Amino acid sequence: MENRLISSTSPHIHKDISIKRIMWLVFFSLVPAGIAGIFLFGSNTLWIILVSIISAVITELLIQCLRHQKISITDGSAVLTGLLLAYTLPPTLPLWMVALGSFFAIAICKQAFGGLGCNIFNPALGGRAFLLLSFPKYMVRFIAPFGSADSVTSATPLVLLKEGNLQSISQIGLSYMDLFLGRRSGSLGEVCIALLLLGALFLLILRVISWHVPLSFILTLGITSWLWSGKNFACGDWLFAILSGGVILGAFFMATDYVSSPLTRKAQLIFGFGCGLITFVIRKWGGYPEGVCFSILIMNATVPLLDRFFPPRVYGYKK
Amino acid sequence: MVIKNNKNKEGLLREFSKGIFRQNPIFVSVLGLCPALAVTTSLENALGMGVAVSFVLVFSNSIISSMRNILPNKIRIPCFIVVIASFVTIVELLMAAFAPLLAKQLGIFVPLIVVNCIIMGRAEAFASRNSVLTSLFDGLGMGLGFTLAISCVALIRQVLGRCGILVMLLPPGALLTLGFLMGGLNLMKKEK
Repeated sequence: MENRLISSTSPHIHKDISIKRIMWLVFFSLVPAGIAGIFLFGSNTLWIILVSIISAVITELLIQCLRHQKISITDGSAVLTGLLLAYTLPPTLPLWMVALGSFFAIAICKQAFGGLGCNIFNPALGGRAFLLLSFPKYMVRFIAPFGSADSVTSATPLVLLKEGNLQSISQIGLSYMDLFLGRRSGSLGEVCIALLLLGALFLLILRVISWHVPLSFILTLGITSWLWSGKNFACGDWLFAILSGGVILGAFFMATDYVSSPLTRKAQLIFGFGCGLITFVIRKWGGYPEGVCFSILIMNATVPLLDRFFPPRVYGYKK
Repeated sequence: MVIKNNKNKEGLLREFSKGIFRQNPIFVSVLGLCPALAVTTSLENALGMGVAVSFVLVFSNSIISSMRNILPNKIRIPCFIVVIASFVTIVELLMAAFAPLLAKQLGIFVPLIVVNCIIMGRAEAFASRNSVLTSLFDGLGMGLGFTLAISCVALIRQVLGRCGILVMLLPPGALLTLGFLMGGLNLMKKEK
């Protein structure tokens, strides 16, 4: 009979939790927001999502074949990267650019660093940053929701804010409810805040993600926007700052990425604080209307440092 | 130095060839990355920069080598810098006179050759310890290696950038290209 005893050092308590399970849970919690995107921006959105996922999986498969590694495309990490990347793209992006961005995300942001678990930066955001820097014209071409097939381009609320001709959101015919439900132009997966929050709640309840990073991210952004984004001190529109752009998507689904976020709670709070602060700084003074992508990438770079300052407690040791 | 003529020739050739691959200043020693990252947006710029650096490298190496026995050890670095700066000034003026367009493109990076660590490194590590002729060949080889390396980077960046991938012409493109070339070379060496 096969010896099925496993000898190992403590801890011996196991939990039925695996990479595969986590990745697919995150994937399914994101699906409703994507369906909302398809509903809002038309069928092209569906193609972008599919191309992004397929390109990510094929890239992962190819690289793992070439490097004679174990093929791990079924663990869902590549699928999730593709999905997250697609969610950050404008709904009019040509499909070959989507495929290229997805290739870049997997090949360079993930596999070049050594694959899953070794990447310093969030691959999906790396892919987005690559596309934003490479094809700036296409990456800011947003369309209004419920448009016709040849959809009308329309600036996102944040772009209008950046151009300085936006005093309050009612001026562009939007209410907070519209922002919350996603009736605005924007990247295809970031607009429907309600469904994103539903997915995030699902993950929080299942303890797939913790509240530390998202809370400190959103709180920091809200407070800094309230204090300094208005005409006078402490009269900024904090709700608008949180509901516009990709804050919710970034805070709950990207900044909480296991690989590229810090290990301990304290470090996660600082990580979220940095993300919020840099997002605010980019929005207020930077050249881009939205700063979530770059803020998370910049804070990703500080993670090794944060992990060194706040090392996780070794099992069995007291402080 | 008493070396037989034949051996001497072989030694010189080795000093010359080591800079191109075995001790390539960019890919192996990882020196002088500042110009390698900054001016490699087009092949012309990279070649111009390569020629300028090679010129300074050859002459500073030979002059420093010829002075190596009379330089007081404590102030050798300032002396090197004076020699290097003189040649950089020559290059700068020559470039402004005969290739004004290139001079304008390279801008601040021509005077910055003074603090290029390849030149300083070769002066300190090689020219101050070896004969004039060997130092001259060392400078030639290193200069050629540098030129080849940054031309490679520039070629890749320019082609990809013109194909529409704008990021390759931006600073991240330089780092990516350089990283992948270095990685590729290391992989080749490993498999050999």
